[in-house]
This record gives sequence, C-alpha cells and structure tokens, in this order.
Amino acid sequence: MGQLTTGEREFASVILLVLMILGIAMAAAGRFDPMGVHGGMVFLYSGALLWWILTSFFGKEPDASRFSSYYDDPIKVGVALTLFWAVFGMFIGVWAAAQLAWPSLNFDTAWSSFGRIRPAHTTGVIFGFGGNALIATSFHVVQRTSRARLADQLSPWFVIFGYNLFCLIAVSGYFMGVTQSKEYAEAEWYADIWLVIVWIAYFVLFVRTLARRKEPHIYVANWYYLAFILVVAILHIVNNLAVPVSLGNAKSYTVWSGVQDAMVQWWYGHNAVAFFLTAGFLGMLYYYLPIRAQRPIFSYRLSILSFWGITFFYMWAGSHHLHYTALPLWVQNLGMTFSVMLLVPSWASAGNALLTLNGAWHRVRDDATLRFIMMAAFFYGLSTFEGSFMAIRPVNSLSHYTDWTVGHVHAGALGWVAMITFGSFYTLVPSIWKRERMYSSALVEVHFWLAVIGTLIYVFAMWNSGIIQGLMWRTYSPDNTLVYSFVDSLLAMYPYYIARAFGGLLFLIGAIVASFNIWMTVRTVPVAVQASSDAPLPSGIYGATTSPAE
Amino acid sequence: MSDRLHGKLERTAVGFMLAIVVAGSVGGIVEIAPLFTIHETVEDAPDMRIYTPLEAAGRDIYVREGCYACHSQMIRTLRDEVERYGPYSLAVESKYDHPMLWGSKRTGPDLARIGGKYSDLWHVAHLINPRDVVPESNMPSYRWLATTQLEISDLGGHLAALRAVGVPYTEEMIASAAADAYGQSNPDSDQSAGVTERYGDETQVSAFDGVKNTVTEMDALVAYLQVVGRLTNAAYENTAAPEQVPDPNN
Repeated sequence: MGQLTTGEREFASVILLVLMILGIAMAAAGRFDPMGVHGGMVFLYSGALLWWILTSFFGKEPDASRFSSYYDDPIKVGVALTLFWAVFGMFIGVWAAAQLAWPSLNFDTAWSSFGRIRPAHTTGVIFGFGGNALIATSFHVVQRTSRARLADQLSPWFVIFGYNLFCLIAVSGYFMGVTQSKEYAEAEWYADIWLVIVWIAYFVLFVRTLARRKEPHIYVANWYYLAFILVVAILHIVNNLAVPVSLGNAKSYTVWSGVQDAMVQWWYGHNAVAFFLTAGFLGMLYYYLPIRAQRPIFSYRLSILSFWGITFFYMWAGSHHLHYTALPLWVQNLGMTFSVMLLVPSWASAGNALLTLNGAWHRVRDDATLRFIMMAAFFYGLSTFEGSFMAIRPVNSLSHYTDWTVGHVHAGALGWVAMITFGSFYTLVPSIWKRERMYSSALVEVHFWLAVIGTLIYVFAMWNSGIIQGLMWRTYSPDNTLVYSFVDSLLAMYPYYIARAFGGLLFLIGAIVASFNIWMTVRTVPVAVQASSDAPLPSGIYGATTSPAE
Repeated sequence: MSDRLHGKLERTAVGFMLAIVVAGSVGGIVEIAPLFTIHETVEDAPDMRIYTPLEAAGRDIYVREGCYACHSQMIRTLRDEVERYGPYSLAVESKYDHPMLWGSKRTGPDLARIGGKYSDLWHVAHLINPRDVVPESNMPSYRWLATTQLEISDLGGHLAALRAVGVPYTEEMIASAAADAYGQSNPDSDQSAGVTERYGDETQVSAFDGVKNTVTEMDALVAYLQVVGRLTNAAYENTAAPEQVPDPNN
C-alpha cells in the first residue's frame, strides 16, 4: 500500500466511496431480506479499507525506484488471506464431516446445519483458499517469468480485496440460507455480478503485465493462468445467468431448467475442477517445481500436448456426472469418451512433473517442500486416473451418489491442490519477504506428514464407504429382492465417517502448522542478502535465459 | 514444424487467448446447444402441472437448507434404483425446475418419488427430529421450520420471476399467490377453493403441519415434498416413442 501514488490513493478512495454507497443502497433495498445484511457488510468492508487508505492519504509520494523491483505487496496480503481461508474452510469441513457421524453437533440451530455449512466449506476451500492462492501466485509467477513489474499498482489491490469481498458475501450468505443451490456456484446473483467485475480487472491486469514482458515467449505457467482466467469467466457467466425476484431480494431463479440446467451445471462444475482446480494449479507446478528442484521442465513438447489436451478435452467431460439420468444418452457417451481420453494429457502433465525430478531425487529426500510438490504431482496422476475410470458408465453406476465421489474429489483437493499450494508457498514466502529460509524446516516436515497421512486416511475411508454403499444398494438375494434397506447402508457408513473426520482433522492441523510457520518466518527470520537477479528488466531489453524452463 | 507453429503462438498473447477460447468452447457448444433444439430431449407430458405458490416456497426452503447436498431427485435407469425408489426419472418431470435438484450425493435416500409416499404427519415428525422416526438417521433436525411463519406477501414476486424464466404462471396466479398459499394450507378457508381451480384438482390442499390458520415454513416444505414426482404421470406410462412408419419418398 505504501507504494501507491497520490493519484492512486484518490482513485482508490473514490472506488471505496462508491462501494460504501452501494452497500447502503443494498442495505436499504434489502432491509427485509438477508441482502440487507450483505449491504451492511459491503459498507463496513469498504469503509475499513477506506480508513486504511486515509491514514496514509497525505503520505509522501513513492519514489521512482519502485519501478526497478517487482510489486510484491499485494502478493503478501494474498498469502495471508489464503492461509486464513485454508484454516477457516478446512475447519468447516471437519465440522461438517463430524456432523455426519454425530448429527447433534449442529447444536440444533439453522445456520449450522449440514446443508448450510457444506457450501461454506466448499466455497471456503475452493474459492477462498484455492482462489486466493491462484491470484497470489499468478502475480508472482507472471512478474518473474515476464521479467516485468505488474502493469499497475491499484488493480492488484482491487482484485485481491474485491475477490475476498466476493468470498465473504458468498460464505456468509450460506449461513443465512442465501444460495442458488448450484454446486460450487452457490453464491447469489449480486455476488456473481461483483465477481464478474473483479474478474475483468484481473484479466486486464494479467494481460497488460504479459504485454510488458521482456521475454519473447509466454512461459507455460502463464498459459495455464490465462486458461484459468478466461475459461472460468465463460463458465461463471453462463452458469449463473438468473433473474432475481427483485433488486432488494437475494433470491434469484436461474434461466436454465431441468435437463438443460443439469448439463449447464455440470459443464460448469466439472470445468471448475478443470480450470480452477487443475489449470491454475498446473501453472503453479510449472513454475515452482523447476525452481525448487533446480531442474528445467523435462519436456517442452509434453507441456504443449498436455496444455491443449486439457483445454480442449475437459470441456466435453461434464456430462459424466449425469450417467443413466434423464440426460440424452448421446451426451452421456460423449462425456464418457472425452473423460477417458483426458487421461492422456493428464498423465502427460503428471509424468512431465515427475520426470523433471529425475536427477533431483536427493532433494526430494531432504527437502519437504519439494516433496510436497512431488506428492502433489503423484496425487494429480492418481486422481486423474481415478476420474477417467469413474467416468466409465458401468463404473459410474456403482460410484455415483456414493462417498467414492467425495473420496475422489478429496484425493484431488487435498492431495493435489492443497499440496501444490503449500509446496509453492514454502518456496514463495521466503522469496517475496526476502528471508534467508523458512522459520522451521522441521515444521515443514511435520506438516508434510500430517498432510500425507490425513489425505490417505480420508481417501481410504471414502473409498471403503463409497464402494460398500454402492454394493449394498444393488445387492440382491437369491429370490431376486433387494437385501438392504437404505438405512442399512447408512449404518455401515458411521465408522468411515468418523475416520474421515479424523483424516480431515490431521490435514487441518497441518494447515495451522503451516500458517504458524509462515507467520514466524515473516516475524523472526533475518532478511537475506538481496539476490540482484530478482528484479524486472528495464523496458526495451530482452533477457534470453531467465525463465526456468529454458 | 508444430514446435515452430507453437513457438509463434507463444509470442502473441492475443493469439494465445483466442486459441484458448476456441479450444475451450467447442465441447460446451456441441453438448449443450442441441439440448435446446432436439425435441426428444424433453418428453411431452400434457398433464404436467406447475408448482403452487406454497409448493414453490417449499422448494425455495429445500434449496435454502441445502437438502440437495444429501438427497438426489434423479432415479437412474438401473434395475435396483427402479425397484428401490420407483419409475426412473424423466426429463419432463423437471421441465419447470429452476434450478433442477437432481443432486449428486445420497447421504440420505433419493426423493424423486417421495410425494405421497408418507403422510404429512410423518414428514412433520421426521423434520422436527429425524431420529424420532428413523433412529439410525444422521439428518439434522429442522424443528424451527414449524415455528417460523412463511413470508407469503412476496410470493407473487417469486412467481413473476419464475414466469420470466419460462414457467407458465398467469397474471391471475401471480396476483393471488399469497391467498393461494394460505388457502392450500388451510383446507376449510375461503381461499382454498381457488387453489384447485387454478392449479388443478390433483393439488393437495391440507393443513400440512397440522396447525390451521397459520402458514409456516413447515407447511411449505411438506407441501413441496408431497408434490415431488407427482406433477405428471408420465413416468408411470409407457414413454417409448411409437415406431415410425418409414416414409417411402425419403
């Protein structure tokens, strides 16, 4: 924030004032509705930020030397927010898991019942934790691989704080019962519109920074970040088209209905996995893996193959969520076919990552951070294989509607998304805060094992429960009647629900350890002697051999 | 050759973005657009009804409480599902569902054929404390629904918004939405006759939560649960398309 010019401070104040007025308008229009509460939150949120700006409003102008360094201040805030959402979202997850084993843990209040906290968990971890991690690392990666400073100073703040306002409105809304019920897109219409505005700012900032690059080529990591930004915008807009009951009412009805809505929702839902939880995080992998392993990416051609394979194939795969339903068979079959083909680019990515480690296995042994990244690539390979397998119709007839799906999602979310994020953060944090090292490498080691063991317990519990559930539902007696009632299958789940909550708890403790370690790194570890290479090139100069893959 | 081609593409941000948008759009266009144009996608069901204001309000509560997170409303074309739950679900049954609530997870059983399966009283007891009627259940209790008055004054606005997205509500239905919600949950009231008049004789008029003269959220949710799967009879009829006589001129 200290680097903002007077003009930028003025502009930021204007934006925040407008938002405060908007907040008042929402509070007034929605005074009989949860939307009014959100209006109040928008008002307070922008008011607090305005206060922060005003405290240094008349501070001196930043000097021009700032242009010879990268703009990392927004990334630092992004890192802190990522960790906040990680702990929050995972805590809600453990709580929701525990409620399935002990239903009275909702304490009989409306806001804490399973159906309301479940989207708070998914949004908290996907958008809060995952989204902030993607935005923060994308700002870091695009600057380094382009050897250019972020194109402007105000919009990174707008993106970060605007995005977190979206997350806040979304998650607080679920507790109040504000939801569209679209899985992974539960936020209501006004939050969705706000996210579009934030996303446009993000897109413009990213592309303008790319346009300033001092490298002739756009580095692979940025392909993925670009695909993430562009495709998520398309998915978000199409899936969330809706007509609100009134401008003062949080409730809206989606324009899509029935079978078309089902297809749109899973086209969105599956590609939120593809372009939010895969593409963006592959961007992380392609930058932090070679940096940490100190090895170039194994194969440029495999990178190209997997990138275009993922971008093209994934968008066909959503209908595998609707096997044997009222969706026409031809769409189901297309979805299955492309899901199976997806294994090729997916394993090309995972293989490319693991082969990059060839020659650096001694570092994997010694460095828990690199092991996080290695384990992430491994789980990426595992869960993409599992995904293709489960998309096959006969397999899906067993796995669908069961905990197996939940286990699969968490193999990806815990094993891949969270582990690549933590591996990247342990590399990123000392770098942007210019510290010699992390506060404690022993704690990184502890975190690694908590994460791995937690994930394995979780995934094994859900594999077991899912397959048992699926088999019990279809078990016939010799005289051709169903053997088990639904409640029989539910009773069989309880031990696994307890095991799952325990696995999730270990993972949550790991995230808390990580937050403590990062906090102590910033607070206590001495500043490193600055590496002179970590700076943008002056305009008009092309650096030849700076990006990690070359 | 392809390396050189890609090498060029990597040098232009705009070209690269266009390529991403093109590659990423094909799947969605091919799979989604025809669902609106191919007539067989959604079956014809002349007897298809639409939700009454009370049922629509109940559906909103179902959405609000996230019931779809644990209950599907989509019976697949599999023998064990048909034998456990009833006839497999047809596309037409969710034709007016904005959004659809097919669900993706069965922590609890499928609800596509729940309408009419249990009494109102059972539903009320179950929602107040599921373990009173199903001791093994891990479902949360929803006892506050019985004591929370349903907001009926803006139901007309909800129907109008639903009409804007394609549900055939008439002006009259929108104008009398609040009265119809009251009438449907108060069988002996003056307002109850209008409900069946506007929404069909099949409509269930009942004091759903067992208490007259009030309209609670419990009334609405039970009214909705009782109509799930009963808007049309199509799933119980033979829906196979009649064999077409080949056209000799074609």
